[in-house]
Amino acid sequence: MDKEKLQKENLFFSIIEKITPIIAIIGALFIGSIVILLMGEDPIQVYKMMFGLAIGNRDGWGNVLFRATPLIFTGLAVAFAFRCGLFNIGGEGQVYVGTFLAAFVGFTFTNLPAILMIPLTIAASALGGALWAALPGFLKAKKGIHEVIITIMMNWIATSLTFYLALLYKAPPTEEMRLAGLPQMIPHTSEIAETARLPRIASLLSKINISFPSHNPLNVSFFIAVIAAILVYYILWKTSLGYEIRAVGYNSAAAEYAGISIPKNILLAMMISGALAGLVGTNEIMGYKFRWRQELFLGLGFNGIAVALLGKNHPLGVVLAAILFGTLSYGGALVNIFTAGKIPRELIMVIQAVIVILVVISDEIIKRLILRRKTE
Amino acid sequence: MKFNLKNIFLLLLITVMLFPLVAINVFAQKDITVGLVFDIGGKGDKSFNDSASRGLGWAAQDFGIKRIELEPGADADREVNVRNLASIGYDLIIGVGFLFEDSIGPASDDFPNTKFAIVDGLVLGKPNVSSLSFAEHEGSFLVGMIAGLKALQDGKDTVGYVGGMNVPLIQKFEAGYKAGVKYAYPDCKILSAYAGDTPTAFADPVKGKELALSQYDNGAYVIYHASGLTGAGVYEAGKERKRYVIGVDSNQNYLGHIEETGENFGLTSMLKQVDVSVYLTIKSILEGAFEPGIRLFNLATTVTINDVEYNGVGYAMDKYNKDLVTEEMIQKVEEAKAKIINGEIIVPHEI
Repeated sequence: MDKEKLQKENLFFSIIEKITPIIAIIGALFIGSIVILLMGEDPIQVYKMMFGLAIGNRDGWGNVLFRATPLIFTGLAVAFAFRCGLFNIGGEGQVYVGTFLAAFVGFTFTNLPAILMIPLTIAASALGGALWAALPGFLKAKKGIHEVIITIMMNWIATSLTFYLALLYKAPPTEEMRLAGLPQMIPHTSEIAETARLPRIASLLSKINISFPSHNPLNVSFFIAVIAAILVYYILWKTSLGYEIRAVGYNSAAAEYAGISIPKNILLAMMISGALAGLVGTNEIMGYKFRWRQELFLGLGFNGIAVALLGKNHPLGVVLAAILFGTLSYGGALVNIFTAGKIPRELIMVIQAVIVILVVISDEIIKRLILRRKTE
Repeated sequence: MKFNLKNIFLLLLITVMLFPLVAINVFAQKDITVGLVFDIGGKGDKSFNDSASRGLGWAAQDFGIKRIELEPGADADREVNVRNLASIGYDLIIGVGFLFEDSIGPASDDFPNTKFAIVDGLVLGKPNVSSLSFAEHEGSFLVGMIAGLKALQDGKDTVGYVGGMNVPLIQKFEAGYKAGVKYAYPDCKILSAYAGDTPTAFADPVKGKELALSQYDNGAYVIYHASGLTGAGVYEAGKERKRYVIGVDSNQNYLGHIEETGENFGLTSMLKQVDVSVYLTIKSILEGAFEPGIRLFNLATTVTINDVEYNGVGYAMDKYNKDLVTEEMIQKVEEAKAKIINGEIIVPHEI
């Protein structure tokens, strides 16, 4: 009879554990509404406006999914490494290197046809990220040096390196600049070849007569992100590689005892994680600005950590969390405009931060509750 | 008042006479709306962005325009802000910083009736976009001269330069400054450093202080900073080492003032009159004289706003530095200024 009670309790806790993100989101919106009240505005009106503008129309949806796309990639990167017990906070650096390599391929091999160019550029994005993550992975696997320290340092190196390269491959002055006798002042690269660009959703939908604003930045990269999420799920739970990676993550000593190579799995997990981060290039480079510029990627790697945390390191959770963050980010920008600046964009940062804090706190509380039950 | 015919007639007469006045007022005072979207660093950087905001403030005071100021977060916010302001019906949208080139460019095609202006960027060939650019190298040349003359006067042999993000735009400041120092004091050594190669290099006072201290300890007598908020650290270092600092964009002379002792270390500031350019752009719309294309603000640009005369770029003199910069120095600088304007001196804009 006791056993039955224990089982029931376990079930209860596992359900609670799964819905902690939802509790965290509601809690964060509540705390956000206190902040809005303190600013002298009506929270219900503000939230209505924010979500109404962000997801109440097609243009809004497009923008939300566009903003979610890079976060899905960086969120998956963090989640994948986490399953192997690794904390990859080098997403930022892996994004820089992957995206730069994608841009480099895009503006260098300009005479290849699209059928070669698109896969090549996507591969370059992933490869850049994977290579940048390989070094911390290697050092962790061979020397046991903590990946957090190495990846932080690699972030700084990547920032400076890619920026140096951007100035080296700086776009030449445009025709108009040349006529006006002005030099190119912007530190960005030339545009990638037409054949390396991913189509915008607007242009695809217009072919089947669905109206969608043509300036909307949503592009095919979103589907690549969804495919990546499915692949991550497949690799982690349906292949022996994933099984080994998760085994190392759960209990590396036991995994080693069972004959699983820890160094190999650590290196592989880091490289796959880096490749996922690098794929941000498909959205920002191949689908959006078509050139490399540092400002495009600021903070994407770090926001990926929050997305993975909120998504409980599960691919589906990551996709949903990224869409939520995309909604907040886009809705926040619009609320700022439509309230004539009364509600600052920083409100969104408050809400995002509170979500992360609440997820961590509620996880910890649940863990302790379970532990107490078990010891009783 | 009795309601007799005479009174009613009088009232009617007054109303009829007033009507044209009222009507004119109604039409003349149709408020124009101006949206300003900031660069990285945002409002409160005491330099570039604040200068733009100040110009908007002047216009609000003088013309009673309606205004909104926005700080973009993610890169995509720039385009979202510009587009949405246009779609709500703002008359003029100003993007501060070259990062707005690829958001204002396409938006100006989609909203042909909206006017746009971009500070420091170039969006050319559009009838509704004005590109406000500045001859920062010319202003930097003049403050470089002041640095050189000050070092010469006090028998020192080194001056310094601290840049923000190492990009061509900021190298333009360095090029002008170096040329100015050499013009005034050919044997002077010039130390140079940049705070970094990310946009945060414009918002890193700790790094600014570190770089400035190292230059002061290597003999620099004056440091010119072109680094936005990072410059706050340069001022701290200057006050600590009791050496001089030259500010940038806005008049920052007061930042070198030490309250307790009354000493001043803000030698001068290179003025980049973004405020004037914003004000003039708004004014041009009210007058129906909007100028698309490049609008260059340099030493030769002379504008009077509320009885104060401004150049497009220049150097700042006020109560904080009147005892630091002698009449003789000013005279020499003014001579060089005249020579730059008439083309006798050509200031380089690349190092």
